[in-house]
Amino acid sequence: MLKDVTIGQYYPTNSFIHKLDPRTKIHFTFLYIIALFTIDNFYGYLAAFALLMGITLVSKIPVGYILRGIKGLVFIILITVLINLFMTPGTPKFEIWRLTITEEGLEIAAFMALRLIFLVTGTSIMTLTTSPIALTDGIEYSLRSIPGVKKYAHELAMMMTIALRFIPTLMEETDRIMKAQKARGADLESGNLVQRAKNLIPILVPLFVSAFRRADELAIAMEARCYRGGHDRTRLNELKYNKRDVYAYFVILGMMVAIFATRWL
Amino acid sequence: MEKMIEFKNVGYIYEKHEGAETVAIDGVSFSVRKGEFIGIIGHNGSGKSTLSKLINAILFPTSGDIWVAGINTKDHSRIWDIRQSAGMVFQNPDNQLVATMVEEEVAFGPENLGIDPKEIRKRVDEALKTVEMGEYKNKKPHQLSGGQKQRIAIAGILAMKPKCIILDEPTAMLDPAGRKEVIETIKRLNREENITILHITHYMDEVVDADRIIVMDEGKIAMEGTPREVLCQVEKLKDLRLDVPQITELAYSLQKEEIDFGCGVLTVEEMVDRLCQ
Repeated sequence: MLKDVTIGQYYPTNSFIHKLDPRTKIHFTFLYIIALFTIDNFYGYLAAFALLMGITLVSKIPVGYILRGIKGLVFIILITVLINLFMTPGTPKFEIWRLTITEEGLEIAAFMALRLIFLVTGTSIMTLTTSPIALTDGIEYSLRSIPGVKKYAHELAMMMTIALRFIPTLMEETDRIMKAQKARGADLESGNLVQRAKNLIPILVPLFVSAFRRADELAIAMEARCYRGGHDRTRLNELKYNKRDVYAYFVILGMMVAIFATRWL
Repeated sequence: MEKMIEFKNVGYIYEKHEGAETVAIDGVSFSVRKGEFIGIIGHNGSGKSTLSKLINAILFPTSGDIWVAGINTKDHSRIWDIRQSAGMVFQNPDNQLVATMVEEEVAFGPENLGIDPKEIRKRVDEALKTVEMGEYKNKKPHQLSGGQKQRIAIAGILAMKPKCIILDEPTAMLDPAGRKEVIETIKRLNREENITILHITHYMDEVVDADRIIVMDEGKIAMEGTPREVLCQVEKLKDLRLDVPQITELAYSLQKEEIDFGCGVLTVEEMVDRLCQ
C-alpha cells in the first residue's frame, strides 16, 4: 500500500539534477507551480511537457517510476474531470440523460487533468532527486531568507528531521504492537470499513503513548547535548551554491519564460 | 587531585500532584576525581537515574549543592558549560538519536555549541574513529544494531570534548554482544582518553574493574568503596536486592562451607589462582 506513493521517496542516481543544491530545486519547483497556473492554452502544456521530459532524462530516473506517482491520484483527477465536464455552462456539445457536456467544459476538464498531472510529476521529481536530509536543509535555508518566517526556519527544519528520523522507528513499533495485539486475539482483517477502523484503536493508543514517551526522552537527551534552538548554531554541512546551480538557474529560468510566453500564442 | 564532580549533602524531592512528595535523593555526599571510573549500582527506584540527571543540570537539587568541573549546577548562566563538560548517554538508544544520518548525529552536539564547520568535521571523524564506527558514518541510525547505536551516542558526546561522561544504564536494552561492545568502549575511553566515567547500571559484573563503586538504596548511599571492598559484603548486597557476579557468588558459597577462601573474588582468573594455591 505504502509502496505506491512516490512523492517523498528518494531515487539516488547521482545525476546532474541530484547534485544540484536543494535550494535550486526547491525554488524551481515553486516557480514551476506558479508557471503551471499561468498556462492558458495547449502550447503551454507542450512547453511544460518538454521541460519535464528534459529534466527527467537528465535525472536518469525511469519515466515509469515517476508516472507511478500519478496512480495514487487517479481518483482525485477523475472527480475533477467529471465535475468540470458536467458543471461548466456554455455551448452544449453532447447530451447524456439529463447532463449536458459543453465545449467549454471539455476544455476546462482537460486543462485541469493536465494541470494536476504536471503538478504531481513536477514536484515528485524534486523529492525523487533530493535526499530527505538535503531537502530539509534546503527548506531551512530557503525559509531563512523570508522575513517573518526567519525565526521559525530552524525549528521547522528540526521538526522535519526528527519526523524523518522516527518514521522507521515508529513503523517497527507499529508492527510490534500489531503482532502483540494479534497474539491477544485482536482481529484486524475482517469486517467492514467502520469495523476495521474501530479495530485500529488498540494499535493506535499504545502507539501514541509510546510516541509521547519517546518525545519526552528525546527532548531531555537533546537538552543534555546543549540544544537550545537555532540561535548561534552552526552546521556540519553548510549549503553552498556551485557553478552547476548557476547554469541550472539560467537554463530553467529560460524555460519558465518560454512557458509563460505561450500565453500569447 | 582535581575534583570532577562533588555532591554536598544533596537532596532531591519529586513533587507529585496533590502535594504528595517522593524523596528521590536524600543527603548524598561524595566526590569524583578527574580520570576516575565510578560504578553506581542500585535496584530500580534507588535514585540512581535522578543522580545522573542532577549532574547534568537537567534537574536541580532541592537541598545541598553539586559542583561539576568546579561549577555549581545552580548557576543557570553556566548551564551549557556544565552540559558540555558532563556528557550523558541514556538507556534507550532509539530515543536519544536525533539525526537521520550517523555523521550528522555525532555533529549534533558541536553544532549546538556553535563550533566552526571545519572543526566539527574534524571532531566527528575523530569521535567516530574512537568508538570504531568510522565506516558507518553515512548509515542511517535504524540500520545499526543496539550496541552500535549506543556507540554512536557515545561518539556524539565525545565530539563535544567532555571531561566526564555519565552513562545511565546504557546496556539495559542491549543483547550480550552489544553490552560487551559498549563496556569495552567506555573502559577504553577511561584508560586512553582519561575521561572520567560514571557508569550507572544494575549489572554488577560490568563494574568489577571500576576504581570505585557506589551502591545506592532509597536515595541514600548504602555502600561505597573499591569493587573488592563492596563485593566482600555479599550478605549486605543481597539485602539490597542486588545480584553479585556469579563467580563472587561461588566463592562466597565455598567460604560458607568453611573452605578458607578470602573474600571478594571478582574474576574467573582470580578464582583459578586461589583454587590453585
